[in-house]
Amino acid sequence: MANSNRVLVLFAHPALEKSWVNRHLIRAIQGLESVTVHDLYELYPSFHINVELEQELLLAHDVIVFQHPFYWYSSPALLKEWQDLVLEYGFAYGDGGTALRGKKFLSAITTGGGEKAYCRKGYNRFTIRELLVPFEQTAVLCGMEYLPPFVVQGTHQLREREQIARHVEDYRRTILALRDDTVDWSGLRQLQHLNHGLEQIILSSETMPHV
Amino acid sequence: MSNQGFFIQAFIYLLAAVLSVPIAKRLGLGSVLGYLLAGVIIGPFGLRFVGQEGEDVMHFAEFGVVMMLFLVGLELQPTLLWRLRMPILGLGGLQVGVTALVAAGIGLLAGLSWQMSLAVGLILAMSSTAIVLQTLNEKGLMKTDAGQASFSVLLFQDIAVIPILALLPLLAIRKSSPVSLASNQLIFVAAETTKHASLPAWQQALLVLGTVGGIIIGGRFLTRPIFRFIAVTRQREVFTAMALLLVIGIAIAMQNIGLSPALGTFVAGVVLAENEYRHELESDIDPFKGLLLGLFFISVGASINFNLLIQQPLLILGLVLGLAVVKFAVLFGLGRLFRMELSQNLLFAFALAQGGEFAFVLFSFALQNNVLTPAVSESLVAAVALSMMLTPLIMIFNDRVVQPRFTLAEIEQEADEIDDNENPVIIAGFGRFGQVAGRLLIANGYKVTLLEQNPAQIDLLRRFGWKVFYGDASRLDLLRAAGANQARLMIVAIDDPEKTVEVVRLVSKHFPHLKILARATDRRHAYELIRRGADVIQRETFESALELGTEALKLLGSRSYKAHRAANLFRDHDEKVLREMALLEGDETAIIARARQMSQDLAQLLQSDNRELTQDVDRAWDISALRRSP
Ligand SMILES: Cc1cc2nc3c(=O)[nH]c(=O)nc-3n(C[C@H](O)[C@H](O)[C@H](O)COP(=O)(O)O)c2cc1C
Repeated sequence: MANSNRVLVLFAHPALEKSWVNRHLIRAIQGLESVTVHDLYELYPSFHINVELEQELLLAHDVIVFQHPFYWYSSPALLKEWQDLVLEYGFAYGDGGTALRGKKFLSAITTGGGEKAYCRKGYNRFTIRELLVPFEQTAVLCGMEYLPPFVVQGTHQLREREQIARHVEDYRRTILALRDDTVDWSGLRQLQHLNHGLEQIILSSETMPHV
Repeated sequence: MSNQGFFIQAFIYLLAAVLSVPIAKRLGLGSVLGYLLAGVIIGPFGLRFVGQEGEDVMHFAEFGVVMMLFLVGLELQPTLLWRLRMPILGLGGLQVGVTALVAAGIGLLAGLSWQMSLAVGLILAMSSTAIVLQTLNEKGLMKTDAGQASFSVLLFQDIAVIPILALLPLLAIRKSSPVSLASNQLIFVAAETTKHASLPAWQQALLVLGTVGGIIIGGRFLTRPIFRFIAVTRQREVFTAMALLLVIGIAIAMQNIGLSPALGTFVAGVVLAENEYRHELESDIDPFKGLLLGLFFISVGASINFNLLIQQPLLILGLVLGLAVVKFAVLFGLGRLFRMELSQNLLFAFALAQGGEFAFVLFSFALQNNVLTPAVSESLVAAVALSMMLTPLIMIFNDRVVQPRFTLAEIEQEADEIDDNENPVIIAGFGRFGQVAGRLLIANGYKVTLLEQNPAQIDLLRRFGWKVFYGDASRLDLLRAAGANQARLMIVAIDDPEKTVEVVRLVSKHFPHLKILARATDRRHAYELIRRGADVIQRETFESALELGTEALKLLGSRSYKAHRAANLFRDHDEKVLREMALLEGDETAIIARARQMSQDLAQLLQSDNRELTQDVDRAWDISALRRSP
């Protein structure tokens, strides 16, 4: 592949054995070339994060993905601990903190609440984009480009295998497109949720402009 | 037979086995076929190393079947046996009944008298316990539905032999003086009624009940103290002697009252299935069983009468084919009736579609009692032997051609059930250390096989309802009996450091699929264990010492979370250094060098602690840099 990005998926699910959606999503991208799946709860069950190792991993990748279920309008606790410890002053931000500059950042989350619940009039009162602002601003502060999030909503209603399968396929295509740089970047930046316009923004190899 | 002759015979048989079985296995044919072929090769129609005396060997070797049933019984908890009562009586009864009737019908059509037809039918209804169980075991199929059904049918047949033996003389065409089996056939002389024929029926019945009851009660209450008495001596061969004594003793007792020794040892096995010495018994008897069965298969191979095959090829081959087809059809039909899944039903029907070793005994018995003519019996014996030879081939056909047609889904479902029966974890040493680890696993629903070598400890645990088995985990055969081939994890928690190293070495060498988790006494021991192939080691005092250190930090004024993190960091660091050092060290033996090294290690350790450890804890959540920068 001409333009190949290395993708790091920081995955946080405290009870994967009970997961209904994330387990399928994560399985679909495991073992892909140039995609590193990093299962945080598996590695750090006692929250004892190896900061050095994590920073090395960040340095070695171009696209950073946070994949997790949406818990209390945020991430599971370990991923928050990860941010507090790994995104150090002098590494990720502040004086000399340029390690992440120019990388791309993607949130890939699953929410129990459905699409309708996440708007002014819905019972969650805010949109997903609004609620994800802490992640967006963290990325921006570290000099990364914040991409529209990949969001699977209404997970409580996802009973059928086919329904999940559709999201799984979308997720896999997204990760592959980010890896291979087969993305219409200006189109992508217009989207609210990345998976709302996959057809338009993922370029097939024929339509790829030759650079 | 002279001594010399005996050794030469033994040499030939062993050589044949040692050469042919590995070759057969390499070719994917299974050991049974290997033995049978070896028999053909050394037999009267091959190299002629063995001749007529092959028959004697066969009768002697039949004792292997008795041992096998003892072992089968050991694997079978009484509850499981109770669950199998339907298949044993229903499936087994119908199999013998229907097959006998169909075969007898064919006999009538072929012009035999009804007595002859009935005798032939009954005899041909038997399948080969030895071949089928050995083959299913080897393929790991015993715990499948088909395996259990096959076992049930075979068990019923083994029991049915006795009434059949009693019935045969009544079918005699001419009256003849009752003939007892030749003395060398002692093992299966089940219905040797002459001995107690003088007793009135009620006394006879009492005798039978008394003996079987004796086996059950003795097995339950007497064996434990006896085994314990022997176990304390830790004299391995005495235990082996005891195990053999038990099996042979029961065989003799059963034979004396006119019951099948195989049935008797089977019952004894079931009684002992819950016994803590079960694995020890299993591993003691197993080699004898293996050798005798091998010998048995070889002698079957050697006994095949190829002359007959050459003279009347069509007749013999027709009989073999007819036998296989009739048995298969009946078994398959019964499988349907009992709602067996198709793939399992096919396996079941293929597995049992042969004549059995009992047929040899029954045919010669029938001949002696003038039920059959020599011509009939000879060709049928040849057909049965050939059909036994065919079974491993049919099973290969089933494996390679038939079973692959069934979907993976079915196989996945089966896997679960196997898990149910075979424990994924073995814990050696169930003292203070093993108990904590084991209880955690059991509390989380895992089945665990527990091995312990201290009889007092076993007694104590048994009293609280723990199923603990006696056994020395540094014995390969015992580990095998405890299920090391099927398990996933081996936890070595014994308190003898030397032995721990030995067990780890043995397990990583012979059961490379097992993950080994070992208890280490100290750093040195840990190095040793890592080098011997332990996947996970835990120093027995490390975690608790670390906890204590954490508490000390707190009392010195550290916040809890900081102390906790400091301990985590310390652990990670220490384990890293441990692994590195374990791989660095050579096998220096001199004690002085050892001691010097030890203090060097410690100095090295303390130094590296100073440099790396404290820094890291302090860096986290540190905002001093932020405050300084504008
Ligand atoms: C502790 C907890 C907090 C949660 N908070 C939210 C929430 O704030 N908003 C929401 O939409 N769903 C919430 N959920 C539902 C999860 O997002 C939902 O179960 C998850 O995305 C399903 O993914 P999984 O099948 O991979 O576990 C919460 C669930 C848990 C267990």
